[in-house]
Amino acid sequence: MINKTVNDAREAVSDIPSGAFLMMGGFGLSGIPENCITALLEKPINELTIVSNNAGVDDFGIGLLLRKKMVKKMISSYVGENAEFERQLLSGELEVDLIPQGTLAERVRAGGAGIPAFFTPAGVGTEVAEGKEVREFDGKKYLLESWLRADFSLVKAWKGDTAGNLIFKGTARNFNPMMAPAGKICIAEVEELVPAGELDPNQIHTPGIYVQRIFQGKDYEKRIEQRTISK
Amino acid sequence: MLSKEQIAQRIAKEVKNGQYINLGIGIPTLVANYIPDDLEIVLQSENGLLGIGPFPKEENIDPDLINAGKQTITMVKGSALFSSAESFAMIRGGHVHLTILGAMEVSENGDIANWKIPGKMVKGMGGAMDLVASAENIIVAMQHVSRDGSSKLLPECTLPITGIRCVKKIVTDLAVLEIDPSGGFILKERAPGVSVEEIRDKTAGKLIIEGEIPEMTF
Repeated sequence: MINKTVNDAREAVSDIPSGAFLMMGGFGLSGIPENCITALLEKPINELTIVSNNAGVDDFGIGLLLRKKMVKKMISSYVGENAEFERQLLSGELEVDLIPQGTLAERVRAGGAGIPAFFTPAGVGTEVAEGKEVREFDGKKYLLESWLRADFSLVKAWKGDTAGNLIFKGTARNFNPMMAPAGKICIAEVEELVPAGELDPNQIHTPGIYVQRIFQGKDYEKRIEQRTISK
Repeated sequence: MLSKEQIAQRIAKEVKNGQYINLGIGIPTLVANYIPDDLEIVLQSENGLLGIGPFPKEENIDPDLINAGKQTITMVKGSALFSSAESFAMIRGGHVHLTILGAMEVSENGDIANWKIPGKMVKGMGGAMDLVASAENIIVAMQHVSRDGSSKLLPECTLPITGIRCVKKIVTDLAVLEIDPSGGFILKERAPGVSVEEIRDKTAGKLIIEGEIPEMTF
């Protein structure tokens, strides 16, 4: 079996250059590639374009990359919870494409699956539709949306093996499974890395063919945005 | 005039046995507290879960288990987890029966605006555009007027819209209204103690009043 293992996050992201087009898994702060973000912060790069559903918070996740002015453009569906993001956006330092969440997920999925475009009902009649082809199917209008593909996709899984097979946990799965195939190089960080053969093939969420590099992450903070308990 | 909890309580009466339901952030999330125990329903979370349970006890908090509002949650028995692409496939594919969400404005033909205030708020639409473009039944939970007293039920939305001709029913702190497919808010119920005149004064769009308008019951 092909061994995809690299030593750590630093080695995994070593060839990501300035101006790279990246995808990062995660919904809010759940399922984000924490180790890769930390390793990127140490690199003297900037002008990054990042596809990620959200943009982190001021002092965690993608918010850390924003604070170091490493990001040129974000492609996201929801970017609240981040004052620095809002400041850079309103001052024109940062570009942002806001995309309906389902359209974002499907554009990434399409990118990895070799489908250059598809029609979706989301955004018909809104400013999202500006400049896009609208076509009617069975009496309802749909927008033409195109695929998204990245130079590197950075994903986070719960368990992985040296062949690159991944298993996610809970709602930390989110965008990670679609982003793995959509990157020319997919870097997967996992909480537990095991030798090929130790994961049950019936339980694999992302097959290793999509993953080029995998490493065991460390010191996961897994910060919670809205700690809500029942009384 | 209804409290937020009472708006949620009234909307809960719209829920039917066997439905898969997506609840938006804010008042819609409160609806879950008022769904009768004898109804079998499943709550969908757009970040990849069918079967949202109650908020966890302190000792059961799991950072890998959150809802679309990024709150920690639990799963009920029989839950299923999936990716964001799968989640929106079930939304766009019409498999989610009922969507309940908040709004800044609704127009008399059922357009909804709830994602952007130009120059002021640039948070993004999240999953709202996918949801309103797809669900067969959309109920809006909102205040009837904004803080400055202006009506949020309008002839046309003034803010950038989220979806066109999609809202079916609106529950506000003053009234229950349905959208007439040919245009207009059909007044169905009044909040206890609220007069038809007050609702008429606070509805900028076309208000359709047919016969006696009953008070809401809970």
